[in-house]
Amino acid sequence: MNLSLEPITLEPPRLVLEKPLLEAHKLNIYYGKLHVVADVSLELYRAEVLGVVGESGSGKSTLLRLLNLQEDVDSGDYHLAIEGYKANNLFALDRFAKREVQTRHIGIVYQSPHLGLRMHASSSGNVAERLIIAGERRYSALREAAKSSLAASEFPLERMDDLPRKLSGGMQQRVQLAKAIALKPELLLLDEPTTGLDVSVQALVLDTLKRLQRELGIAMIIVSHDLGVIRTLADRIMVMRHGQVVELGLADQVLEDPQHPYTQQLVHAKL
Amino acid sequence: MPLKSLSHPYQGYSYAFLDEAAKRELRRTILKSIAIPGYQVPYASREVPFARGWGTGGLQATLAIIGPKDSLKVIDQGDDDSVNAANLRRFITSMTGVSTTTDTQKASLIQSRHRIPEEILDTYQTLVLQVPMPEPLRSVEKSRAVAQQMHADADYGLMWLKLYEQMVRYSQITLGTGYPSLVHGRYVMDPSPIPRWDVPKLHQARHLTILSAGREKRLYAVPPFTEVRPLEFDDIPYRVEDQKDWHCGKTGLKSKFMNELPKDDGSSSYEISDSGYVEKYLRQKEGESIRFAKPYYDDDGKFYRDDVFRELKDD
Repeated sequence: MNLSLEPITLEPPRLVLEKPLLEAHKLNIYYGKLHVVADVSLELYRAEVLGVVGESGSGKSTLLRLLNLQEDVDSGDYHLAIEGYKANNLFALDRFAKREVQTRHIGIVYQSPHLGLRMHASSSGNVAERLIIAGERRYSALREAAKSSLAASEFPLERMDDLPRKLSGGMQQRVQLAKAIALKPELLLLDEPTTGLDVSVQALVLDTLKRLQRELGIAMIIVSHDLGVIRTLADRIMVMRHGQVVELGLADQVLEDPQHPYTQQLVHAKL
Repeated sequence: MPLKSLSHPYQGYSYAFLDEAAKRELRRTILKSIAIPGYQVPYASREVPFARGWGTGGLQATLAIIGPKDSLKVIDQGDDDSVNAANLRRFITSMTGVSTTTDTQKASLIQSRHRIPEEILDTYQTLVLQVPMPEPLRSVEKSRAVAQQMHADADYGLMWLKLYEQMVRYSQITLGTGYPSLVHGRYVMDPSPIPRWDVPKLHQARHLTILSAGREKRLYAVPPFTEVRPLEFDDIPYRVEDQKDWHCGKTGLKSKFMNELPKDDGSSSYEISDSGYVEKYLRQKEGESIRFAKPYYDDDGKFYRDDVFRELKDD
């Protein structure tokens, strides 16, 4: 027996060493008397995918809009471990700083391309706009960046100068995706990205998302009511109902052994 | 002493038509617009005996700053004789008694529609431009409230997107008039519908430019010696209209902004748009001694800047 006598260095797991990319604490939002997001706290690590499921009206999309700094919060704070803003509660930033964080560090894909795209501008223009906002003033550079970003989201490049309304639903989502990743954000928010697409196109878009996530190491939050989509992508799952988080755990754990009665119902309805 | 001898003789109108309160408001507006170059200052556009859209904004600015010693020139598309210019000139002179001229050099106050004269304006001169639509963001943002916020944030991404779209579609920027320009590094303005040819004349100009929109009730200014940069991509230089091979039929000159006159056989002849310049040139040819200021563009189309003529793209 040749036992090595070298001391073994034990390292704690990565998730213990690393600080999460996103930390949100006790987010609350009211629409009048309606408590739309109630005491939601969440953490997200780099390169992790969090799936958010729940019925419609459960506050999923509102939560996503909050995280994209589109909506004002009633209470709670929100931190992203990004350059220059590590110590800031992002909700407390002024309009300019919010826009800066939004464009440079967060990408978002909406269910409806009308929300995410400018329909009168070409597809490549939609992607280039992000770079324009970030200060790029060379036409050739804008062109190249739009091209590479569209290629990364597997958009057919011969159609890069077509208006989005002439494109199919799946292509429109790819343009949105290209726009979202154009500035290599740390966080990608996906709001029902494949709802409304037929199943085969849905599978292709999910494939692209998965590949991008692997290659770029972006942290993602994906909101969907479709457990199939969540199952394909998510590492962890958060179940929401009436604005509250009713269950949070690893994807397999939640799907195979749901604890909360609502989650049980949800999983059984699907499977 | 009778009371009558102490008061002014009766006048049907106050000097320069507008009442004193209106002129005072306009002057304050003009001062503010000079203090914040390129910023559109709202003002209460008064009724004047012209229809909206026929230079009421420019007229009010002119009436607010004109004085008895001024010498006035009114031009419309470069032309001193067109209906709009003639009407405005007649009205202003009848209300103020100022002298008028067609010589750019001799005018202290120039009201213009869509053109800047070809001779370099100097510090003693003021140019008033009539503006139909002062909001440069209107073509990209239909809400005025949102556009105002975009100005406040200096958020001009959409304007650049518009240029990008034109490059994609036409491989060149096709904006003809009113080319959006960044004033003093801060506000994007619509320099009224002057052709691209005239936009460089505003950059570090020696004269004051006041741009006033009567219907839209906004006024903005380019003070003397102010940066005015047309929006352009770093790798695609700003271009003025290509009229290199055009010769003026009346004077034989070239490299001045031309009007194209279609002829019966389908071809075109050309004529310098600045009619005051043509007139001066022809009188000089007949032997009169005429004083010319330096032109903005020399005969090779080079632009006068910092005491030399140089290519615009080296600017």
